[in-house]
Amino acid sequence: MNPKLRIGKTWLYIPLLLMTAFYLLPMYVMLVTGFKSFAEIDLKTMWNLPKGIAFDNYIEAWKNLAPHLKNSFLMVVPATLLSSALGSLNGFILAKWKFKGADIVFPLILFGMFIPYQSIMIPLVQFMNYSGISGLPGLALAHIIYGIPITTLTFRNYYASLPQELLEAAKMDGADMLGIYRHILLPISLPSFVVVLIWQFTSAWNDFLFAVILTGNKEWPITVALNNMAGSQIIAWNVQMAGSLLAALPTLLVYIFLGRYFLRGLLAGSLKG
Amino acid sequence: MLRDKDRFLNILLVSPSILAVFIFVYAFIGWSARVSLSKWKGLNADYTWNGINNYIELFKDPRFHVDVRNTLLFTGVFVVGSILLGFILAVMLDQGLKGEGFFRSLFLFPMAISYIVTGVVWRWLMNPASGSRTSGLNLLFSYLGLDSLQNAWHTTPTWGMAAIALAAIWQMSGYTMALYLAGLRAIPTELKEAAQIDGANDLQIYRHIMLPLLSPVTLSALIILGHMSLKVFDLIVAIAGKQLPLDVPAIYMWQITFDGLFYGKGAAIGIILLVSVAFLIIPYIRYTLKTEAQS
Repeated sequence: MNPKLRIGKTWLYIPLLLMTAFYLLPMYVMLVTGFKSFAEIDLKTMWNLPKGIAFDNYIEAWKNLAPHLKNSFLMVVPATLLSSALGSLNGFILAKWKFKGADIVFPLILFGMFIPYQSIMIPLVQFMNYSGISGLPGLALAHIIYGIPITTLTFRNYYASLPQELLEAAKMDGADMLGIYRHILLPISLPSFVVVLIWQFTSAWNDFLFAVILTGNKEWPITVALNNMAGSQIIAWNVQMAGSLLAALPTLLVYIFLGRYFLRGLLAGSLKG
Repeated sequence: MLRDKDRFLNILLVSPSILAVFIFVYAFIGWSARVSLSKWKGLNADYTWNGINNYIELFKDPRFHVDVRNTLLFTGVFVVGSILLGFILAVMLDQGLKGEGFFRSLFLFPMAISYIVTGVVWRWLMNPASGSRTSGLNLLFSYLGLDSLQNAWHTTPTWGMAAIALAAIWQMSGYTMALYLAGLRAIPTELKEAAQIDGANDLQIYRHIMLPLLSPVTLSALIILGHMSLKVFDLIVAIAGKQLPLDVPAIYMWQITFDGLFYGKGAAIGIILLVSVAFLIIPYIRYTLKTEAQS
């Protein structure tokens, strides 16, 4: 690389830093406002730094949102684990142990991840009413089933990239299908599991639409509770900001600590919206 | 023989998933379609045949016209904005600058946040109040001496949807950048070097070599972002609640079904959305699987 070109590129930091400001602005307001004391709260000074660190807003937001954070966790954990496990099994069979018609079934499953949920909403609510599955278990069930397409896709793509010889050798040794899955593929599936677990965790945690149609106010997960809090006139905007951070924190932490896998998941599942 | 046992075992193991997806996707779509052809209005199911009347009424309904217009406006601003910004960011980050990893993580993090959180925060940033009550971005503009940029954001008549799209661009442009960056990295460096030897400058290389090679990425981004904008719901609800000027099909569907109990018409909106998405997605899935089979 010639030095002229190097120096010629440092100007790029100007637009990059401007964009950094754009992406950080909402975070800045959220953080700064959250830590201001009630006395300091004024829309006209919203861009000022807090005079000290106060937790008033977080205590107030926590009081309102804690039960809903718990609901979110209760629903997200089974939704994430089960749809990931099913995806792995499906992916294995659709990539390495195909049955007749597997290549027709796969795109049909895939289409399921793009459908606008408005087109299945009425039957979904009816189904939950008829079957007596309601509230959080119903919401978890919806996330498991509508998560199957993306988890299946991710695992299928990963398993399809593995050489067939890996399986042939084991077959020669007399291993059966489940033996091959458990002893050969499952141990090397960890990277895909991380990707899928993060993906499912994030989308179930962030979901609003299913939550708002399938749960009542006691069982609301965090997104619905936060939206409701933001819509109410009684709760001040600084508390809303603190609440927003509480709602965003779990997925942000996952992103900060496992960001590398998160990115990989995005690209692997780049079909998904 | 082990093989014979496994031949049924594989079908047995995937069948719960296939069955679940079949019921929750295809049977439910069929069920919705049937509801959309019924007179069902009220709490009790009513499947009295109504032909395509719900659809006809929708196409004549001024509110649905507003919805279609708003969706088109949102889609235009959101898709074009995210793709342009995502592409420019990816090209800048592809120059081997120090701190690339930092910028990449920073531009991408809004993806991890829910539309509700984004909406709640942006609703305060886009506070339309003026005069002595000015706040949010408008206040920031006045600090920077950019008063001319002050505006009413999502409460702007006619163009309010564009402000909602801005929040969506904030959330999704990093994702578009990641798609392009992955695409750029997949292009062999020899191609770029060969062009440099031939005397092409950076701009020419990006325009005539990289951009055409990135067209599959652009197609993916167009389709992913496009189908997301047809479904937009949470973000609008969180920023503005349910107001007529910012109405979209997903919100209309919500209100007419669960507030108005007009299930037949609600189902018809759902099916119209599905058909619009299918027009984008089915060719895309076919194309993707075909290119995959060839490689």
